[in-house]
Amino acid sequence: MATVAENSAQYDPVFGDYVALLKPRVMSLVVFTAFVGLMAAPVSLHPIESFCAILFIAIGGGASGSLNMWWDADIDAIMRRTKSRPIPSGRTSSDAALGLGVALSGLSVLMLGLAANWHAAAWLAFTIFFYAVIYTIWLKRITPQNIVIGGAAGAFPPLIGWVAATGAVSIEAVLMFALIFMWTPPHFWALALFMRSDYDDADVPMLTVTHGRPATRRHILAYAVLQSALAIGLAFTSIGGVIYLTVALICNTIVLKDAIHIWRRDEQASEADNFKVERAFFKFSLLYLFAHFLAILAEALLVPYGLGGWS
Amino acid sequence: MSFRVETDMHRRRRSQNLGVAVCLVLFIGLVTVLSLVKITNTGPVEGYDHAPRASVTEEASQ
Repeated sequence: MATVAENSAQYDPVFGDYVALLKPRVMSLVVFTAFVGLMAAPVSLHPIESFCAILFIAIGGGASGSLNMWWDADIDAIMRRTKSRPIPSGRTSSDAALGLGVALSGLSVLMLGLAANWHAAAWLAFTIFFYAVIYTIWLKRITPQNIVIGGAAGAFPPLIGWVAATGAVSIEAVLMFALIFMWTPPHFWALALFMRSDYDDADVPMLTVTHGRPATRRHILAYAVLQSALAIGLAFTSIGGVIYLTVALICNTIVLKDAIHIWRRDEQASEADNFKVERAFFKFSLLYLFAHFLAILAEALLVPYGLGGWS
Repeated sequence: MSFRVETDMHRRRRSQNLGVAVCLVLFIGLVTVLSLVKITNTGPVEGYDHAPRASVTEEASQ
């Protein structure tokens, strides 16, 4: 098997390889949630300032992705899911990923500070530090709670979008953060139940392996309950309303029903139907997050017409 | 006969150079537009150097 060292700098990268280092699929989620956070805020920015704020939040997210690929190049080369990434496949060197990550981190924080405000820029800097250093370098390889910690980093964008518009953190921003934070672990633990993870080969501790599958099922239920409480609580803040509450009630009823089902099942039952419930929970959780943030956006867009919110 | 032989390396480096050039041009354009928005959205600014300050001259005339 070719190692990272053997592959490094094998080719001159094309421009698309640098784009791939920024994890464009993760960036699309960052753009969507940051946009909703910014639009839901009671203060509106000039469209150009809004565009710049979203762009530089996305670039900051991409920079942390590049730093993640730089540090994790050794385990990315082992895992099937990640071995075609630019560094393990030899299309770029790890030094290029480090340079790109550091340069874009600085640029994105500086430009967000200039385009919006320095409070938002400080949150973006903290998010990059949290994902690259606290999660990737420090905790990912030593704790089975790595998904919880990684999820926190992915939960910051709507909060940063809100702070970019208002200049301050509020309960609405914290609840949007908390919703993604609580959503992430059960989403990935459900995936881990029905997909044999090659994290084992890379010595990355996963809850299904370190604490067992029954414990993972209990964790999914506990997080689903907390997630539902937060999602419904968000409906009664200034960014909630009838539309959001309706979406939240429907989505969280489905999630809780499936989470209870997962908790009560054993491995024999799951294997008998090829993890039907776990697969359904995973698929629905993708729609769940999108539906909640789309409902928040709808409430914000309908306010000028006297339809959104509680008023 | 051409002396230049196009290799895969040339194609890759052209892709890099073009990509970086487009990003730089877009970045410069964005900073320019952002600066114009910031300047035009700012309220009246008094000149403190080689220009009369409206607030001071109004006070003096009263």
